[in-house]
Amino acid sequence: MIVELGHFALILALFVAIIQATVPLIGAARRNVGWMAVGRSCAIAEFLLIALAMLALMHAYVTSDFSVINVAENSHTDKPLLYKITGVWGNHEGSMVLWVYMLSLCSAAVAVFSNNLPPALRARVLAVQGMIGVGFLLFILFTSNPFARTFPPPANGQGLNPVLQDPGLAFHPPFLYLGYVGFSVAFAFAVAALIEGRVDAAWARWVRPWTLASWCALTIGIAMGSWWAYYTLGWGGWWFWDPVENASFMPWLVGTALIHSSIVVEKRDTLKSWTILLAIITFSLSLVGTFLVRSGVLTSVHAFATDPARGTFILMLLIVAIGGSLVLYAVRAPALKGGGLFAPISREGALVLNNLLLSCGCATVFLGTLYPLFLDATGGPKLSVGFPFFNRTFVPLMVPTIIAVGIGPLLSWKRGDLLGALQRLWVAYIFAGLVLLGAFYVTYGGPVLAVLGLGLAAWLFAAVLTELAERVRLFRVPLADSIRRGINLPRSAFGMTFAHLGLAVSVAGFSASAFDKEAIEVVKVGGAVAIAGYEVKLEAVNRLPGPNFTADDATIRIARGGALVAVVHPERRFFPLQQQTTSETAIRTNFLADLYVALGDSDDTGNWTIRVYWKPLVPWIWIGAVIMAFGGMVSLSDRRWRVGVAARARRTAGAVPAAGE
Amino acid sequence: MKRLVYLLPVVLFLVLAGYFALALRPDHDPHELPSAMIDKEAPAFDLSVLQGSGTLSRDGLLGHPVLINFFASWCVPCREEHPLLMRLAQQDHLPLYGIAYKDKPADSTALLAQFGDPYKSIGVDRDGRVGLDFGVYGVPETYVLDRSGHIRKRFVGPLTAEVVAKELLPLLKALDRS
Repeated sequence: MIVELGHFALILALFVAIIQATVPLIGAARRNVGWMAVGRSCAIAEFLLIALAMLALMHAYVTSDFSVINVAENSHTDKPLLYKITGVWGNHEGSMVLWVYMLSLCSAAVAVFSNNLPPALRARVLAVQGMIGVGFLLFILFTSNPFARTFPPPANGQGLNPVLQDPGLAFHPPFLYLGYVGFSVAFAFAVAALIEGRVDAAWARWVRPWTLASWCALTIGIAMGSWWAYYTLGWGGWWFWDPVENASFMPWLVGTALIHSSIVVEKRDTLKSWTILLAIITFSLSLVGTFLVRSGVLTSVHAFATDPARGTFILMLLIVAIGGSLVLYAVRAPALKGGGLFAPISREGALVLNNLLLSCGCATVFLGTLYPLFLDATGGPKLSVGFPFFNRTFVPLMVPTIIAVGIGPLLSWKRGDLLGALQRLWVAYIFAGLVLLGAFYVTYGGPVLAVLGLGLAAWLFAAVLTELAERVRLFRVPLADSIRRGINLPRSAFGMTFAHLGLAVSVAGFSASAFDKEAIEVVKVGGAVAIAGYEVKLEAVNRLPGPNFTADDATIRIARGGALVAVVHPERRFFPLQQQTTSETAIRTNFLADLYVALGDSDDTGNWTIRVYWKPLVPWIWIGAVIMAFGGMVSLSDRRWRVGVAARARRTAGAVPAAGE
Repeated sequence: MKRLVYLLPVVLFLVLAGYFALALRPDHDPHELPSAMIDKEAPAFDLSVLQGSGTLSRDGLLGHPVLINFFASWCVPCREEHPLLMRLAQQDHLPLYGIAYKDKPADSTALLAQFGDPYKSIGVDRDGRVGLDFGVYGVPETYVLDRSGHIRKRFVGPLTAEVVAKELLPLLKALDRS
């Protein structure tokens, strides 16, 4: 009964989305205020209906209603409650419901928080959101219905893939999807602007908070996925250049470019058509990612159960959404007038360089991800592209990007003084030099490039702080004046500082991974492994029962110079239902390095394989990502999004009906 | 001219969409790799076995259709496939032979001790020479040999329950009858 209610809610949501996609659009064209207003109520109704569907599906999971095929295939009565709930999106159908749920959440947010938007623009934005909703609701209802029933119901379900039975599943997909789908707002704003044929600073101000919010969510989502892979896979890898990871990374790269280029639109009223294109591409890459993951055209560790019919359907959606918006772009963008001029060496110039480098970086990732597909279509050999390709193409592109991050903010708008900026960074050179020397000394004979990476990270960190110090004129004016200047700085300035500092911290983490040490040894209980000055001793292995698994729980004593550091408990968990074993690693961190212990196989004669890794600075990768996202949120709290926008909107709102098409 | 630049994104996208459409064609499966060896005689091999004495050789397998599975302890997808192999060996009694590809014998033994041993016999291909002869891209790969020692089918990557039910079992049934 509740399941059918969910199904009907989803169907009703489709009809509401159809109205949302059409009526406000016609209303905007005819300047009919009543028709335009329909968009808001539709967006909220669509959100409530999809939320109802989501709750109905959750209810089916929590009550283990195995007459629902989706529940029977992905759940089990013995599964802990947390995984019954998160298991809702641990499969193709459920994750698509989460996708449209996030989409309708964004639409509803636009509807609620858009009082300061001109009604026509709001109507068009909501209509474009409605069109995306129609496409994906059709997709769910026709090819991936999560509410389909089966009779007779099986006695019990097939359970959830044990690898997914982890708290990571509760957070990683929702954040990732919020990021992906959040970019649909920027996309809708871009399409609406193309329809209106008008892009100005006010447009950039409206679109930027939405882009920032989705970028923050995507940053957190990607970082969580990487951390989850790190602690769960048992060998300490944190990025694999897997097609699905790349599918989330590409929108992030272009989305980062978009955040930066929309600053130029806002402050200098130029780079308009490029910014519009970035907004379209960012969301398009999210859609392409969805296609790659669910159509089975590439092999990946993340693959969902695939079905060619689904692939064909999503491909058609791509052609309508991406092809349609790009055609609109080709027709309308040439008419967008550029505003302010600028010299190549200027803040704008630096942001253009940032955009070019990030786009090229995205293009290399794109090429590496899809290369097997291109080659295969032309009858070439089958292969996949891995670490060597990305390390040789993507990483060299990121080095100048990082240098630009350090210098760019020190250049002034219109025309900058590069030499002056370089001179003002003297503290950064000294700091980087010290870090370089120190790292060379400590890792003498080790990988040189990684040491240079650490030096670069140190330089960036100091350069970002230099920029902040320059802004408050630290040591040039009395300290009290500096503090007063700091308090008066807009939040977005601090946001930028945090985001760039986070990047520096992450870069240090990436670089230091070259210094990893590992020890993989077979030991008896009582035996020990030595690594990086630590002694890791296997004291006992006990078999413990879990809710739906049995665990071999190791007691491992970590000591340094005879003194106890910690006792940790890595586990191997065996899930009898799926006949599958997972690894619960034990990680001991002091935030400078992780000691990572995983329990391996046993030969049943008391010998256990123990894998121990010492990973310097690895936590910094995720700490950096969190600082970046925090920076985004600080920038999001800038008062100009609230005060400035409202004031500006009041001024433009009256002008809109007259200034329309 | 300037307008043409603005057309570029949509043109590029359409090319991409064309590739996507090609990749979706029904006979296409990214997991399926063509083998130049299909319907040819399997390369001769004679490997010492993992446990006990004796050898595993192609000529020793003649007379019955058999499955040859290349695996390694260092290979994660092999572990994914392992429960299915156990089922095939225990429930379906398939003639499954293993070749431990570029793997230390101690590690292979440890793997099988942990997860069970589905193989009737296991050859040790320490330097990967036999894998090279077969044209193995990566482990796991599974080959079906008919009673005369000809390769009839190749599965790249872990077998799945669906592939087993739809392709492997019918093929073995047909080979058994012929």
